[in-house]
Amino acid sequence: MSGSTAAEPWIRRSANPKLDRVMVTPEGVSLNVTVAAAGARAGALALDIVIILGLIFLVTIAGLMLLWGLGVAFDGNLENASGPLQLLAVLWIISVFLFRNAYFLYFELGDRAATWGKRAVGIRVAARDGGRLTAEAVIARNIVRDVELFLPLVFLTSGEASGSMTDLTAWAGFLWVLMFLLFPLFNRDRLRGGDVIAGTWVIQNVKRNLGDIVAPSAANLSGDGTATVTRYQFSDDDLSVYGEYELQTLENVLRSDQNEALQKVAESICQKIGWEPGSGDERVFLEAYYTALRARLERSMKFGKRRKDKFSPHE
Amino acid sequence: MSTEQALSAAVLRSDRFRLEREADWIRLEDIVTKMEKGKSRKLSDDDVLALPTLYRTLLSSLSIARENSLDAGLIDYLEGLALRSYFLVYGTQTSLGRWLGSFFSGGWSRAVRAIQLDIWIALFVMIAGAGVGYILVAGDSDWFYALVPGSYSEVRVPGATEEALRGTLFGSQNEGGLGMFAAFLFSNNAQVAILAFALGFAFAIPSILLLIHNMALLGAMLWVFAQRGLTVDFIGWLSIHGTTELFAILLAGAAGIHVGRSIAFPGTRSHLKAASDAGKRAALVMTGVIVMLICAGLLEGFARQLIDNTAGRFAVGGAMLLLWLLYFIGFGRERRRPET
Repeated sequence: MSGSTAAEPWIRRSANPKLDRVMVTPEGVSLNVTVAAAGARAGALALDIVIILGLIFLVTIAGLMLLWGLGVAFDGNLENASGPLQLLAVLWIISVFLFRNAYFLYFELGDRAATWGKRAVGIRVAARDGGRLTAEAVIARNIVRDVELFLPLVFLTSGEASGSMTDLTAWAGFLWVLMFLLFPLFNRDRLRGGDVIAGTWVIQNVKRNLGDIVAPSAANLSGDGTATVTRYQFSDDDLSVYGEYELQTLENVLRSDQNEALQKVAESICQKIGWEPGSGDERVFLEAYYTALRARLERSMKFGKRRKDKFSPHE
Repeated sequence: MSTEQALSAAVLRSDRFRLEREADWIRLEDIVTKMEKGKSRKLSDDDVLALPTLYRTLLSSLSIARENSLDAGLIDYLEGLALRSYFLVYGTQTSLGRWLGSFFSGGWSRAVRAIQLDIWIALFVMIAGAGVGYILVAGDSDWFYALVPGSYSEVRVPGATEEALRGTLFGSQNEGGLGMFAAFLFSNNAQVAILAFALGFAFAIPSILLLIHNMALLGAMLWVFAQRGLTVDFIGWLSIHGTTELFAILLAGAAGIHVGRSIAFPGTRSHLKAASDAGKRAALVMTGVIVMLICAGLLEGFARQLIDNTAGRFAVGGAMLLLWLLYFIGFGRERRRPET
């Protein structure tokens, strides 16, 4: 998916580039997505299992309370109450089945396509081809979960409990669990069996706030729309020492607005362009330099010329 | 500073581009945030109608910004917002309830018809399995103990008397806990069916083996009853829920075979594409299988114990079979989708 467009400048390079992908929307715009790491998936699953167990526990407690209530109502003579008792047992079995199977369905069919566990670690389910995530896909990926996870667990525990487990079957069961549990580690997209069947994958949520204009003071100083009419005037040579990478580093420094960093960066820029570093005016200086540099780089961008960093040759 | 002032003061063209459009972006972000929090009902009609337009505007803003702006923070923001709103615009768009509606009114039977070939394969495998079980036990009755797990076979073993066997078929009307029994049977059978389907993932072979094994068990049991002339009664005892339950297991196995076959022989599609196409179709069938198993559990838990004669059991079992066949063959045909 990312092969042919790998050279595009907007491709994001995140902390773990192995997990970066490009997804093309039906409108034909490519979006950067990051596949959820195996650790995040495991964490989300563990949380979900705890939640499901908690829900089952609550239902069981509620059932026991009702049972106790029945005991009081029938004067402790529970043989008379076999009808309600049965109903209670039926409800319990059905609710456990629902928790086990419908919990994932309900939440993954919602607007956020994520269970509580997934929400907590900030990941969600999406269709691999960039299309709509269909109900069938969600059902398919969760039906397979039963075999990947719950069934072998039940198999192991019940076999152990009834004593019918030989060494061979125990090992076979264990291998089975391991094979499916580790399946996501053996493919690039961290797909588990259910994802393969359903055509889905699990990706990271993104939530970023719209920051302010990076260099507002430069804007205040110059009213007539040209970049160089500020207190600071930069020549072409002064601006040709840096590329986009340095511009973005400068952007980060300006956005974070730490005095120490501002001072340091102002000093090193002055050194580079052979200026005498002043003091007390770093922010204004840096904003002016940033604005001038960005104006220059964006201008050449319009002609299709991009300069990656200070080591790249001039166009 | 108002937007106009900011606009006229902005030095960079790309900043002006941003200032001109950011109101729309912020409105979109607001809508998206509300929808993500599950508060979409609180949105005004205007906002709901504006969502697709705002989303497409945002995508075009993103494309322009990538080509014209070097404000990395801005592009990151647009990128993130585009992804979030993309998921809402192209979200699942069905609730569980609405989806169930479309499922029963044709989606299910269409999916069953789409895997017809696999159903025939599964049917053949099941009949062969039952035959194998019968023939094996007929040849050497020790096979029975190998095929049938211990818990089943307290009374129903080779050499049991006719009365003992008859006793397992009839006369258990007073058995308590029918409802619980039904719920238990359902939960148990549903997991077996899900297993039969999910094993299809491994090129369908485990699904086929599971079908053969379960049916061989049935064949062996049939032989035990046939030895005492109880064939018809046994089939009646079985059919009241068995027509539904075996049909459900047939469909589950067929769904598993469908997935496995598509992975093994994807044709011109890629393996992953073939797997996901087949998986989605099979998921529909499987949801139906669960529904059928609920019916089977109810029939097994209640009707079998309450109807204590073979003719009545055949009537109920036959009627259920007819019902399912009519539904799968005839239902939902008129609304054929263009892609099929």
